[in-house]
Amino acid sequence: MADGPVLELQGVSKSFGAVQALDGVDLEVREGEVMALVGDNGAGKSTLIKCVAGIHTIDAGEIRFDGEPVQVSGPKDAAALGIEVVYQDLALCDNLDVVQNMYLGRERLGPLRRLDELAMEQTARETLKGLAVTTLKSVRQTVAGLSGGQRQSVAVAKAVMWNSRVVILDEPTAALGVAQTRQVLDLVKRLGQQGLAVVIVSHNLSDVFEVADRITVLRLGKDVATLRVADTNQQQVVEAITSDAPADRRAGIEVAPA
Amino acid sequence: MSTVVEPSPGQPAALEAETLSDAVRARLRGLRGGELGSLPILLGLLVIVIVFQSLNENFLSPSNFVNLMVQMAGLTTIAMGIVFVLLLGEIDLSVGYVSGVAGVSVALLLFQDGGELPGPVGIAIALVIGAAIGFLHGMIITKVGVPSFVVTLAGLLAWNGVVLLLMAGKGTVIVQDELVIGIANSFLPEMLGWIVILGAVGLYGALQLLGLRARARAGLPTPPPVLLALRVAALAAIAVVVVWFAYENRGIPYVAVLIVLLLVCLSYVANRTRFGRHVYAIGGNQEAAQRAGINVDRVKVSVFMIAGTMAALGGIIFASRLRSVDTAAGGGDILLNSIAAAVIGGTSLFGGRGHVKSALLGALIIASIANGMGLLGLSAGAKFVVTGVVLLAAVTVDAVSRRGRASSGRA
Ligand SMILES: Nc1ncnc2c1ncn2[C@@H]1O[C@H](COP(=O)(O)OP(=O)(O)OP(=O)(O)O)[C@@H](O)[C@H]1O
Ligand SMILES: [Mg+2]
Repeated sequence: MADGPVLELQGVSKSFGAVQALDGVDLEVREGEVMALVGDNGAGKSTLIKCVAGIHTIDAGEIRFDGEPVQVSGPKDAAALGIEVVYQDLALCDNLDVVQNMYLGRERLGPLRRLDELAMEQTARETLKGLAVTTLKSVRQTVAGLSGGQRQSVAVAKAVMWNSRVVILDEPTAALGVAQTRQVLDLVKRLGQQGLAVVIVSHNLSDVFEVADRITVLRLGKDVATLRVADTNQQQVVEAITSDAPADRRAGIEVAPA
Repeated sequence: MSTVVEPSPGQPAALEAETLSDAVRARLRGLRGGELGSLPILLGLLVIVIVFQSLNENFLSPSNFVNLMVQMAGLTTIAMGIVFVLLLGEIDLSVGYVSGVAGVSVALLLFQDGGELPGPVGIAIALVIGAAIGFLHGMIITKVGVPSFVVTLAGLLAWNGVVLLLMAGKGTVIVQDELVIGIANSFLPEMLGWIVILGAVGLYGALQLLGLRARARAGLPTPPPVLLALRVAALAAIAVVVVWFAYENRGIPYVAVLIVLLLVCLSYVANRTRFGRHVYAIGGNQEAAQRAGINVDRVKVSVFMIAGTMAALGGIIFASRLRSVDTAAGGGDILLNSIAAAVIGGTSLFGGRGHVKSALLGALIIASIANGMGLLGLSAGAKFVVTGVVLLAAVTVDAVSRRGRASSGRA
């Protein structure tokens, strides 16, 4: 395991016109660590993720990967670094089937630049099986016909299929039932155990406390606290999410990385 | 007509059906769920044939059949380009007059007094003009952000103007180049006709079989071979009837071979290449395509270039058929018929759903109606009304089957 963080954000700011969505946010995540990102609606969690994924360009601050400052100016850059994202809205194409969605933008080609459907279908099947996604009738059915949970499973499978080093999940269990939520949480833990750096956004604090090693709290675009799960409790996190007095940022609850 | 058994976007996948009865059941389930496929078109064709044949017995004659093939060729070509634009969820209203510009260019470039350009060079220049116009439209749409509807509406006016400027003071220009005239007016020798068409069916069958075997070898579920055999047999039967019928008269025109070639190549591009996959993805969910790292702008510009090139080719075919061009080149019902052909053939106006073969099927319907009404001596007015009703029916079928898909969760 490397000493420093894999992914490190320093003073990242982003505004949309008059809306300051992110204001000098610091965040870091290490290999084998699950970092939870929590905060109220509109706190800037999804925006932060989209900045890392190269969908938004940051106004100020720095993104470091393996300690080196990097320019992530598009999804391709993020993927090349080994950063995979499961978006809150899943970003699937309803008219394409499961395999086509999982390989979208990174299709495998055979001779004559022809799509290698066989190889893609086989790998997709294996990945889904590895994730214990067993409710799919066919990997060749269009995503439009899937349930919310199945769609979420496909989006997660799409992200972990590549040998990535950082996996970011934006509310991956929001649409899931009890059993499916269990599966995704187990998966998140497994990803951490496999040495990946995981960032997970969730509003469900008991889920967060179950899977995460550390928690970063965002409030109105600022990171107001970074807490180690072992040293805190839900009460403290709720206060950090909702408190109105961030006079002294991270007052008293700053922790050293694991 | 896709070349291999893998499913393509927008089509129900019967791949998991291991037996014939499974496949039939899956198809029926699909029908109930609103996946109508080509069924409405085939029924529509049947109705057209019955109606016109009972009104005029020349409708189903070999000579009229050969006429129909030549009449529908230009429309089919332009509609194939439109299919790509519709798959993106965009529209191109300029294709009519782009075809006009190309037709007029070819006629003027190859006019004997205008220098001694060889035919292929004239055709190539006209195609490049079409591609360049598509590039221009695509760049304005993507880089400036003007909706395609507006950009190509402006194109409709501007390219109509260019046709008039090019033809100023000329009235009618006779096409003098043998090659250009031959496209729609020369026919394959009977032997060659049989070889080309049956060879194409044989190749299709062989590729299907290879695809099936590759799936089986990879341990993936395969559709029942009987299904494949039935499909190839049906295609072969249609091919035999078409060739036999055509050679009762003048035979298969070269332009028909061109259409089959375009159908195969463009279907390959749409369903078997990365580019085609990205076209469907953008039409399905542009945001998702962007986040997947797809260069959306480049794909869009390319698609408008395809539409422009195909429109130009259609214009050359029109010029070939009429052996001349005039100030009305590219006008009339060309634009609306080519969009209607793609939609009637089953390509959705809402993006992401459709096939290149839609262009052929839709053009067949529109050209049959026009042809049949021409035989009956009906006016252009009556023709427009009937084509309008058919278009409305086709779009209604699309909308209703979308509702079916939505209620069965396939939105
Ligand atoms: N593309 C955009 N254009 C303009 N404003 C935006 C855009 N994206 C986000 N915002 C604004 O930025 C702020 C942060 O939004 P963001 O989606 O990051 O919140 P979030 O923490 O993910 O909330 P939720 O828990 O509801 O998902 C909000 O005020 C939102 O309105
Ligand atoms: Mg969010």
